[in-house]
Amino acid sequence: MSKLKKTADALEKAMNAVFTFCGFLAVAFVLVITAFLVISGVPAIGEIGITDFLFGRVWASTAAEPRYGILPFILTSVYGTAGAIVIGVPVGLMCAVYLAKMSGGKSAGIVRAAVDLLSGIPSVVYGLLGMIIIVPLVREIFRLPDGANLFSAIIVLAVMILPSVISVSETAIKAVPKEYEEASLALGATKTETVFKVIVPAAKSGILTAVVLGIGRAIGEAMAVMMVSGNVANMPGLFKSVRFLTTAVASEMSYSSGLQRQALFSIALVLFVFIMIINLILNFVVKRGESNE
Amino acid sequence: MKKLTTMLLAVGISVTALVGCGGTPGRADGTAQTVSTDGSTSMEKVIGYLSEAYMAENDGIKITYNPTGSGAGIQAASEGRCDIGLSSRDLKPEEAETLEATVIAIDGIAMIVNPQNPVSDLTIEQIGKLYKGEITNWSEVGGSDAPVVLIGREAASGTRDGFESITGTEGECKYTQELTSTGDVVQTVSSNPNAIGYASLASVNDSVKLLSVEGVTPSTETIQNGTYKIQRDFVFVTPKDKDLSEAAQAFMDYASSAAADEMIEKAGAVPVKR
Repeated sequence: MSKLKKTADALEKAMNAVFTFCGFLAVAFVLVITAFLVISGVPAIGEIGITDFLFGRVWASTAAEPRYGILPFILTSVYGTAGAIVIGVPVGLMCAVYLAKMSGGKSAGIVRAAVDLLSGIPSVVYGLLGMIIIVPLVREIFRLPDGANLFSAIIVLAVMILPSVISVSETAIKAVPKEYEEASLALGATKTETVFKVIVPAAKSGILTAVVLGIGRAIGEAMAVMMVSGNVANMPGLFKSVRFLTTAVASEMSYSSGLQRQALFSIALVLFVFIMIINLILNFVVKRGESNE
Repeated sequence: MKKLTTMLLAVGISVTALVGCGGTPGRADGTAQTVSTDGSTSMEKVIGYLSEAYMAENDGIKITYNPTGSGAGIQAASEGRCDIGLSSRDLKPEEAETLEATVIAIDGIAMIVNPQNPVSDLTIEQIGKLYKGEITNWSEVGGSDAPVVLIGREAASGTRDGFESITGTEGECKYTQELTSTGDVVQTVSSNPNAIGYASLASVNDSVKLLSVEGVTPSTETIQNGTYKIQRDFVFVTPKDKDLSEAAQAFMDYASSAAADEMIEKAGAVPVKR
């Protein structure tokens, strides 16, 4: 008996150690990545000068006199993400309302399966479809010489953030107590009024979480936007060929050397800081949502 | 977090795979001979095909490639840090004093437009003006009244470097799109009626129209006899005053022999005429 117990205890202890180790492993990865990005990203910023780097309007990394200004990339990432949110969030939110409140059992199942499938599609496939369908379409609809621009990238990103927006806001909407809805309907409000004036406001912290998640997804996307945005380091314009922070790193990394390579690490560091800020906002939003309830 | 884990897993797997392949059998006495090459990123494919074919036939020889750029490759060869330097430009006179250049292949860069475009011939000057944004409408070079859409490669691409240096447009190109692969360039040009792009001759297919330059259509023959102008040499750079190691010399003999032609063609370049 005691022998059995001893073995069980030993096993228990060993597994405990394994779990703890794995837990700390995740922390270690984050720390290593942070340290690596800071160590490899800071020197180039120092060499170029932080204002020249962050607010320089010209990126010419391989020119005879190289210039490393990443303002075009920062603004493109901000505009692109904002555009994707403006288009993607309303559509995603209404889809979530449909799923949570309007649909009957079977059709909701189909829509939900489709949304799940959408989230599983690799980003390169989004890029490919964007390149072959959206880019020529944008060119013809707006009568532009070329369709690879910020607008096409926004469309692709808007579709890509849909799944996370939909699933998070659906959960939030479902969590709204049924009594709110019933009370609103009993007071004579229509279903639409109830949705927009009662349910959505009650679920706002969850919906905000969905928005922040969408921002995170959109700002970090590289592959799909690289294929539809044209990749020229212009200051952003809706119908101009643009380069995002992510694609700036991805498109030059393979052959870069010296200061150019270090500057790419610095861009990655800037991107990392953006993502960190977004995560902090997300934590803040979630915490505030919890304390409200 | 999920993405990160997947990435790390992938890295782990590829490292294991690399280690798995790394064990070159070595010579009878157990030592593997290494030939180190260093230089031009544009020559990556050529050197890849050549070294793979050569290593398959010669057990115990390992050929390494360090993609640093033509300038760095020439420097490495002159300082003896590698056996063979790789350069996609000819040597400058001061470099040629101490270094020997052997042309092993020619890179032909084809100009392509959409099949709907009526233009079929351009001069190098016209191409330069188009890419510098001095000509913005196809009607100025004999085409229809439509804006010109300039498709190019990313800043670090060897094809872009070659194209810009031959047409004299370094750093001045007003690209509409900078794409990261030859395939993307061909695909984009084939889907936009106003686009013009450049790509290695070997990767051009029927979906786009090949332009002749100054009246010469690019082909293996016109590139070899030098009449097609948008081309450059791929050269092996070796020191003049020092003999190559046995293995390096053997690889060089192979690369400049007719046996290597097939591999050079597979890599998208044009073999030297013998």
